[in-house]
Amino acid sequence: MAATPMTLLTALNTALRDVLADDPKTLVMGEDVGRLGGVFRVTEGLQKDFGEDRVMDTPLAESGIVGTAIGLALRGYRPVVEIQFDGFVFPGYDQIVTQLAKMPARSRGLIRLPIVIRIPYGGGIGAVEHHSESPEALFAHVAGLRVMSPSNPSDAYWMLRQAVQSDDPVIFFEPKRRYYDKGEVDTTASDQPPAHRARVVRPGTDLTLAAYGPMVRTCLDAAAVAAEEGRQLEVVDLRSISPVDFDTVRESVRRTGRLVVAHEAPVFFGAGAEIAAHVTEHCFYHLSAPVLRVGAYHSPYPPSRLEDEYLPGIDRVLDAVDRAFAH
Amino acid sequence: MSGDGIRLLTPEGERVTHPEYGLDAGPEELRALYRDMALARRFDAEGVTLQRQGELGLWPSLLGQEAAQVGSVRALADGDHVFPSYREHAVALCRGLDPLVLLRLFRGVDHGAWDPDAHGFHLYTLVIGSQTLHATGYACGVAKDGSDAAVLAYFGDGATSQGDVAEAFNFAAVYDAPVVFFCQNNQWAISEPNARQTRVPLHQRAQGYGFPGVRVDGNDVLAVLAVTRAALEHVRSGRGPFLVEAFTYRMGAHTTSDDPTRYRDSAEVESWRAKDPLLRLERLLRREELADDAFFAEVTAEGEALAVRVREGVRSMPSPAPEELFDHVYAEAHGEVDRERAEFAAYQASFAEEG
Repeated sequence: MAATPMTLLTALNTALRDVLADDPKTLVMGEDVGRLGGVFRVTEGLQKDFGEDRVMDTPLAESGIVGTAIGLALRGYRPVVEIQFDGFVFPGYDQIVTQLAKMPARSRGLIRLPIVIRIPYGGGIGAVEHHSESPEALFAHVAGLRVMSPSNPSDAYWMLRQAVQSDDPVIFFEPKRRYYDKGEVDTTASDQPPAHRARVVRPGTDLTLAAYGPMVRTCLDAAAVAAEEGRQLEVVDLRSISPVDFDTVRESVRRTGRLVVAHEAPVFFGAGAEIAAHVTEHCFYHLSAPVLRVGAYHSPYPPSRLEDEYLPGIDRVLDAVDRAFAH
Repeated sequence: MSGDGIRLLTPEGERVTHPEYGLDAGPEELRALYRDMALARRFDAEGVTLQRQGELGLWPSLLGQEAAQVGSVRALADGDHVFPSYREHAVALCRGLDPLVLLRLFRGVDHGAWDPDAHGFHLYTLVIGSQTLHATGYACGVAKDGSDAAVLAYFGDGATSQGDVAEAFNFAAVYDAPVVFFCQNNQWAISEPNARQTRVPLHQRAQGYGFPGVRVDGNDVLAVLAVTRAALEHVRSGRGPFLVEAFTYRMGAHTTSDDPTRYRDSAEVESWRAKDPLLRLERLLRREELADDAFFAEVTAEGEALAVRVREGVRSMPSPAPEELFDHVYAEAHGEVDRERAEFAAYQASFAEEG
């Protein structure tokens, strides 16, 4: 089958449908995922086709959702859990950090917990408090978890399939403001690189822009603007922040000599700090400028009327690019 | 029903009847229950001693809770699955876990890395109440499988204050999960008495979630066995979860790091000593001439042999290899772990080069 155009949201729905069809041990569970199809409709139609036993509406309790998913995984199931919004994951954070992340290691590998926790995240949709956050660094800091975020429909489909197939727990951050972005998805092209490999989505020679999730498109747009000004920016879609594909990042930076890392999450102690530290340590003599970070500020996510100022957009990315070239 | 709960054996060792719960236990079964409790008590005492001698980092004593644990675990079938807290040493022994494997956790050799499926006995869980949700999810899986297995989740009175336990009760109820919630109410959550955890008797919590809850005399092994059997039958029949509150007492400290004289009266401890779970079964066995001195001597000797094996095994337990730090963090390769493993190996090797 050739590639077909679909939205990122439809790609996720298709991936869930395909994993449910492929493996009877796969379950989908969360608040409103059944009859309603999820508040964003990512699970639309799944309960109708696979039944209440496999697409489970849960009580409204995130710790309970994650904790029971762990129990189901201990019994041999592969739950795909939906947390309704980024800011609501924290009641489940205890189970994720103290149990889900640690149980495989503390059992010396006797226990595997193949659980995917899907979290729609990020801002830019004019939402109320707790509905626009980017808490991915809080998960990447926890050994035992894999943390990834697709930026386009094809990756959304394939990375979710790979996440479900993985024997490790995966925190799968979905860029909710990109749910309606369209792209080609070939659901038969199974020779995909693993989710933890970054991808150069726009080659360039003068500066590397590294991003993941919703900021990849912002960086691609910024690179297009920079090209008009004669600067060839290379855009790297990290796709995964635990692990980070440092090989690809280093290879790019050694060619371009400059790196800007962009994410919606606050800069302070964010993924960009880890990448900047690593690149400084390993590419010191290849750098023509300090590694710069672009992200949100160290303040709670603001009321939506201020989110355009809070979130990094094309202009903030280009401002960082200018500063990198000023060196 | 007395304030201590459903009872089939008085502290004086006399059998009493209960309108709803009975136990048809022959001499062999009664002796086996005594043996289980006596071995657990001896093992537990050795744990305390080994900690005092610096061989273990910590030991949470089960002293006083032998009947609650043995009575409940002996109600299980082989295919059933247990989710313990961290004080269920008698349960572990009865499920067949090698005590030396259990002690690796308290020796600091591992975090308690036994195979849960080998004995239907999940890992100890130190975060209070977390395991009740795992038990609930596991039980949901059991039901999906169409299995007639049941799940038994242990937790304490302190855990009932945790949101996870409340969520576990509710999830289990709405999904009709085949799980028995077994609360050992040992009266104390470190220094905090029941009055700081609850305004209602704990077994009554179940009613608010729509499933039955009963209080049983947790120092009466016969009553605990009878009540847990009934609870397991209930959950196996697809009627949803069941809460058992075993009313017992933590005779020792919370752990070897605790000093209970700072917060409770010795008179209270003495009043519970009179309700000792082993003593009352011994009284029954002697009164009804179901066991003689030779039997008790044999059990004592068996306990001493267990203690020797445990002592020697702990002292000769090797520490893990440093490189194991990086093992099993992930099932599949993870670049950061691989990089740090290589750095660590190079760092370790640098000492060898320096000679």
